[in-house]
Amino acid sequence: MNNSITINSIRFIVLILVQVLILNNINFMGYINPYIYILFIILYPIKNNRSLFIFLSFLLGLTVDMFSDSGGVHAAACVTIAFIRPAALKFTFGAMYDHQTVKFATAEFISNLTYVSILTIIHHFVLFSLEVFNTSEIILILQKTLFSSIFTIILCIFTIIIFGKRK
Amino acid sequence: MQRIINFIIRNQNFLLFALLFALSVFFTIQSHSYHKSKFINSANFISGGIYNSSNSISQYFGLKEENQVLLEENNRLKSILFNTNVTNIDSSLVDSTSFDSKYRLISASVIKNSYSLTTNKLTINKGVKDGLKEDLGVITSKGIVGILDNLSGNYASIISILNTNSKINAQLKKTNHFGTLEWNTVSSEIVQLVDMPKIAPVNIGDTIVTGGRSTIFPKGIPIGLVTDFKLDAAEDYYTINVKLFNDMTNIGHVYVIENIDAEEIMNLLNNDE
Repeated sequence: MNNSITINSIRFIVLILVQVLILNNINFMGYINPYIYILFIILYPIKNNRSLFIFLSFLLGLTVDMFSDSGGVHAAACVTIAFIRPAALKFTFGAMYDHQTVKFATAEFISNLTYVSILTIIHHFVLFSLEVFNTSEIILILQKTLFSSIFTIILCIFTIIIFGKRK
Repeated sequence: MQRIINFIIRNQNFLLFALLFALSVFFTIQSHSYHKSKFINSANFISGGIYNSSNSISQYFGLKEENQVLLEENNRLKSILFNTNVTNIDSSLVDSTSFDSKYRLISASVIKNSYSLTTNKLTINKGVKDGLKEDLGVITSKGIVGILDNLSGNYASIISILNTNSKINAQLKKTNHFGTLEWNTVSSEIVQLVDMPKIAPVNIGDTIVTGGRSTIFPKGIPIGLVTDFKLDAAEDYYTINVKLFNDMTNIGHVYVIENIDAEEIMNLLNNDE
């Protein structure tokens, strides 16, 4: 239990620092940035206190917002995916989730990919909708969502594969 | 009563989610208006400190370009100095509203810059302790950057001209026709000058400078060149695309301009109302 708290605290801090100091400055093709800090939400232990988890996600988003001067867009996107995470887990892992035995590092590649993709796309859609904040720019929102999602999903999957194997 | 409490306990996660989501949306809406994003901005002790230490490392990588910019500015200033025949200036002709008597400049370095969002902001390493206030203009040696927004003791955030909330008075250099400078989020090099009257003699390649109609910027700070222009839907005003002199993606050092008479002018305007 203690171990899990330490790992998640370190992950929280490291992911935020990596996000704001490195990844926010990539601006590939002008506006495409990966947002891999959501790995904290993706990899958070399955057995959890759900209220605490939603609150931590809010805190994570708000910290990123503070660094990038974006009001509350990351916080909103993070609480949304924290709230729907159980549904996404149930959809992709099915019975494994019911028995609480999901391990991301050892799970099948396809289920991992589906799970990460669902959360990433929803996160990015909420994020960019609130950031642009204008329904007449729906094409811009979808375009940003699509390209940034591809980037984020690839990086998240790589990170899970690279850092997951050791355990 | 029992039922209400039961309902709250049963749906506590959803209610928590709804509450936090509403709070985030509230912060988002607040950040879309000036000086209201008090709680969540990067001009605070923690994020300012982290950006400052990361910037103290990364600024070494840009030293060569920074030197080049300084050299060019020195070159320009020296050529003005040498080409002005100082002895010929008649003291009675010196404009009393000239640049140096009304404005105070404070130099600062940018510790965080963004240009890929729709509401871009920069953070600089000077704050209230260095005499900065809200609503001061920020420029570089090449052109304008933005307007000061939130301040803490040692840091301040700037609303970049690449921000959909930014509206700056600008005019043609050759005549006094003026309009409003906005940004349509498409490119970080091009901004839009709207509400320029149809009668104005706009040509491609004309220089756009700041207008003297606000207390924020002095008149005549360079902004950019006209790349193309068209009449708006009502066919009364031009919408002009302006290519910025500044490379907004690469900003190292900036100057903050304080108009010493701003308060007096604002008081005068308020008395009129």
